[in-house]
Amino acid sequence: MIEIKDIHKSFGGNHVLNGITAAFEPGKISLIIGGSGSGKSTLLKCIVGLHEPDNGKVLYDGQDFSRLNFEQRIPIRQHIGMLFQNSALFDSMTVEENIIFPLEMFTDMSKSEKLDRANYCLERVNLKESNKLFPAELSGGMKKRVGIARAISMNPKYLFCDEPNSGLDPQTSILIDELIQDLTEEFKCTTMVVTHDMNSVMGIGEHILFLHKGEKWWEGSNKEIAHTNVKELNEFVFASSFMKAAKDKL
Amino acid sequence: MFFTNFGKYLLLLKSVFRKPEKWKIYWKEIFHEMNSIGVGSLILVGIISTFIGAVMTMQIAFQLVSDLIPNSIIGQINRDSSILELSPTISALVLAGKVGSSISSQIGSMRVTEQIDALEIMGINAPGYLILPKILAGITMVPMLVILSIGLALIGGLVGGALSGAVTPADYVTGITGTFNGYTLWVAMVKAIIFGFIITSVSSYQGFYVQGGALEVGQASTKSVVISCISILAADYVITAVML
Repeated sequence: MIEIKDIHKSFGGNHVLNGITAAFEPGKISLIIGGSGSGKSTLLKCIVGLHEPDNGKVLYDGQDFSRLNFEQRIPIRQHIGMLFQNSALFDSMTVEENIIFPLEMFTDMSKSEKLDRANYCLERVNLKESNKLFPAELSGGMKKRVGIARAISMNPKYLFCDEPNSGLDPQTSILIDELIQDLTEEFKCTTMVVTHDMNSVMGIGEHILFLHKGEKWWEGSNKEIAHTNVKELNEFVFASSFMKAAKDKL
Repeated sequence: MFFTNFGKYLLLLKSVFRKPEKWKIYWKEIFHEMNSIGVGSLILVGIISTFIGAVMTMQIAFQLVSDLIPNSIIGQINRDSSILELSPTISALVLAGKVGSSISSQIGSMRVTEQIDALEIMGINAPGYLILPKILAGITMVPMLVILSIGLALIGGLVGGALSGAVTPADYVTGITGTFNGYTLWVAMVKAIIFGFIITSVSSYQGFYVQGGALEVGQASTKSVVISCISILAADYVITAVML
């Protein structure tokens, strides 16, 4: 379980996060949504330790991550898997090497065990026989799937996805959402997804956090979102005429 | 501004020299970088050194027009200036352009495509994994390139002198083999090690803290070459003043 308590973050004089508190449960997908500049990605980066919060706590199963030094964070980081917006695959490595890399760094697995694990992860994301390809040879959707395969290679307890659907066609986007859902159930991990994608919100949003101007504006589920009266949330979720029509039918 | 950057540079170096997670993986990277920095620069350094040696011989011969000075002195001057100054400094300046810009843009691209963030999320010491192998490769391969450069500059001098008729091969060989002070080689090696460190660490620093996109990566690459070149020349002066 991940808890964040009163997270504040500013860059120069610009306050990006103003006292955000929330809890994210294991085995559940939590979506962080909000307009551009609302602080979603900054919040995610504060949670995973890429940014240090100015104030507040980030608790991983009760352990205050924000107070730990680099060495003390390593055991927690080994349980973190993250899918980046642009996949962030290592260019100089093949697909297989990308997945094996964290295993080589932190485990004493034999070569064949590592290969088996890489093959399992690739099979899990429906990318068999792509082992020897380089990231430059992959399509956007394939890169995302390899990113997910790398993220799950260490059996993560916490899975973070930064805009997993950006730049993908609707069908691939749905496949990625389904994959994230399946993996969350399989690994019983605490999954957090930063997204703009309304299909994801309606499809996998068991727990949704809506940020507006660096504050938590609304929290609930995809079932509740259609019936909310929060003006900013309605403007954000039902911005398109298609979504407005869909809401009217509900 | 200078002190802020210098402080950040020192803090980065502190992270670079943190204990590696797994030496086995680091060794692999070190050998890869040694190949990239050393073997990849062999031809460039070789060509430049040979021509500089040849040109230096002809210029020294042109300036030493006196019956009182033996021709063998041409070889001796070429040898000492190649060892003490030309080979270490010019090789380092050339490598700052070739290797430095490559390191800076490589690390900078990794920064803007979030690959460095990915390393940090995994719990890997990103400065150590990315920069330490480059620095170790730099301080081992630059001295080797400088030794090669010295050798080729001397051969270039022999060939250039003979082809132009500035000095006979016999006089030249007498010059380069006579009254040799081994200490000059030590000075050259100290320079080469320090220049190797400057090239790799300054370029890595510039790349590591890039913010933005392709434009900023290019700017960081240019900046790394400029700062490395100035630092090399400043270090050259200090080492020469201290050691000679």
